[in-house]
Amino acid sequence: MMFALVDCNNFYVSCERVFNPHLNNRPVVVLSNNDGCVIARSNESKSLGILMGEPAFKNKKLYEKYNVATLSSNFALYGDMSQRVMSVISQNSPALEIYSIDEAFIDLSGIRYEKLLPKLIQLKIVVERWTGIPVSIGAARTKTLSKVANYKAKRSSGIKILTDPSDINSVLNKLKVRDLWGVGRRLEIILNNHGINNALELREQKQEWIRKHMTVVGERLQTELKGNVCYQLQINPANKKQICTSRSFGHLVKELSKLEQATSMYATRCAEKLRQQNSCASVIRVFLHTNPFRKQLPQYRNISFIKLPVSSNSTLQIAKAALLGLKTIFKAGYSYQKVGVIVEDIVSNKNIQANLFDVQNHKKERALMIAMDEVNHLNGQDTVKVATQGFLRPWKMRQKNISPCYTTRWNDFITVQL
Amino acid sequence: MRYRDKKELQFHPISKYKSFEIPLMSSTVAAGFPSPAEDHLDLPIDLNEYLVKHPAATFYVRVQGESMDDAGIHPGDLLIVDRSEPYVTASIVLAVLDGEFTVKKLMKKNGSLYLISSNLSYKPIKIEVESDFKVWGVVTYIIHRAL
Repeated sequence: MMFALVDCNNFYVSCERVFNPHLNNRPVVVLSNNDGCVIARSNESKSLGILMGEPAFKNKKLYEKYNVATLSSNFALYGDMSQRVMSVISQNSPALEIYSIDEAFIDLSGIRYEKLLPKLIQLKIVVERWTGIPVSIGAARTKTLSKVANYKAKRSSGIKILTDPSDINSVLNKLKVRDLWGVGRRLEIILNNHGINNALELREQKQEWIRKHMTVVGERLQTELKGNVCYQLQINPANKKQICTSRSFGHLVKELSKLEQATSMYATRCAEKLRQQNSCASVIRVFLHTNPFRKQLPQYRNISFIKLPVSSNSTLQIAKAALLGLKTIFKAGYSYQKVGVIVEDIVSNKNIQANLFDVQNHKKERALMIAMDEVNHLNGQDTVKVATQGFLRPWKMRQKNISPCYTTRWNDFITVQL
Repeated sequence: MRYRDKKELQFHPISKYKSFEIPLMSSTVAAGFPSPAEDHLDLPIDLNEYLVKHPAATFYVRVQGESMDDAGIHPGDLLIVDRSEPYVTASIVLAVLDGEFTVKKLMKKNGSLYLISSNLSYKPIKIEVESDFKVWGVVTYIIHRAL
């Protein structure tokens, strides 16, 4: 077997740079929703010592001194660019597993060893040329090792083939266990406490010990590090079984009316996602909770459950059910930090069970949703919306410095002055 | 019946990017004369097929300014830019020069690269070795509103 992991370099920053050349050769960071923390850094920002996850402007002076470009996240743009990257990779390799927004595994088993490097170089060039996004590629005999190879590729020329046994040993010997696929903070502490600090020590550990302390997941990790395949390519990911939209409020909220507006907006997002993947849901849940860290305030959390008579992806149906659900769990007198909407029991919209007592005019509502999606696609999210979303948006995301949706909105295309 | 001649089976590829509607003819009048058009259904025309050869590498750009008037590019036009197309001399390209986007005709002369405006009142721009220059993509179509 031979796998490769293709990983986009500093993906969000790279997306922004494709359309804004002023961002080249200078430190850039992209912030999380609400402009909270750093979620992507250019290499220049990394060398300044800016850390992943640190609050933006924690070190305002440093940002000012080095003129760090600070951008709000633009997930409409990143999503579209991701699809383009994945599409180019899949056109150039036989089988592909989209692992995350910026990573894909490919199967290279059919390729002769001496053809491997030219093939990977060509793939890297084509992806960069077609999409403008630079990628790193690591190839090895298992997915876990290809992830290790990718880690090396990122820190060298961008391509690494890791198959030679002594090469593998020396790479694993220098790799901290936390940089392995599937090893989190907690596991790292356990391993370090037992004197296992690098990946080679983990691989050489006795199997019984691994099984006892790391369960079957650890055993698989070890097997894969030895070069034996446990994880195959997952080529057909199922549609999502559950869609959740929620966000914390910028400040605590007491009034039902504000919760209703936020709930309405999250229900709208869920319905849009359902329509995008051509599916419908029949269970609508709403949850809300107070801030558990504000111990001096009274605490409350709850979740509601409503089953629709017929599965739906209509914003009207889902928002109505969500609001009803919210009313059943809302209690006055608490300061809420978060509310969210979850839709479940998702089916393809071709397999909808009809209901004898159904009184909705589904045809008319479908037409309405199509019209609504088109208007919003053309003019921006929430141009047309259900009135329960309200017009004041105290919870709306803070996105002070968001770039245009260059690839997905008619009014946002790049404009060139001739 | 046996399907001996497999050649009669034809597969029509479906566009990966845009889902288009398939015209659905429903004969609601069961007893009436069936529509003679029903056997001759076709898909509606999708301009993407004509304008976009490589969806993953194609981007849209709006232009302002008059320097490319004589190449048929007018203010407000929409350009279709394909990053996967090779550029040759005389290609109209979207390029980045010293951090700014521009649309020009590419020319090679005496070993040097030039960006040429089609409007002669603008001078050709020579690409110096030290300038920060990159061809971003090739302009494949110009969409101009006639009304």
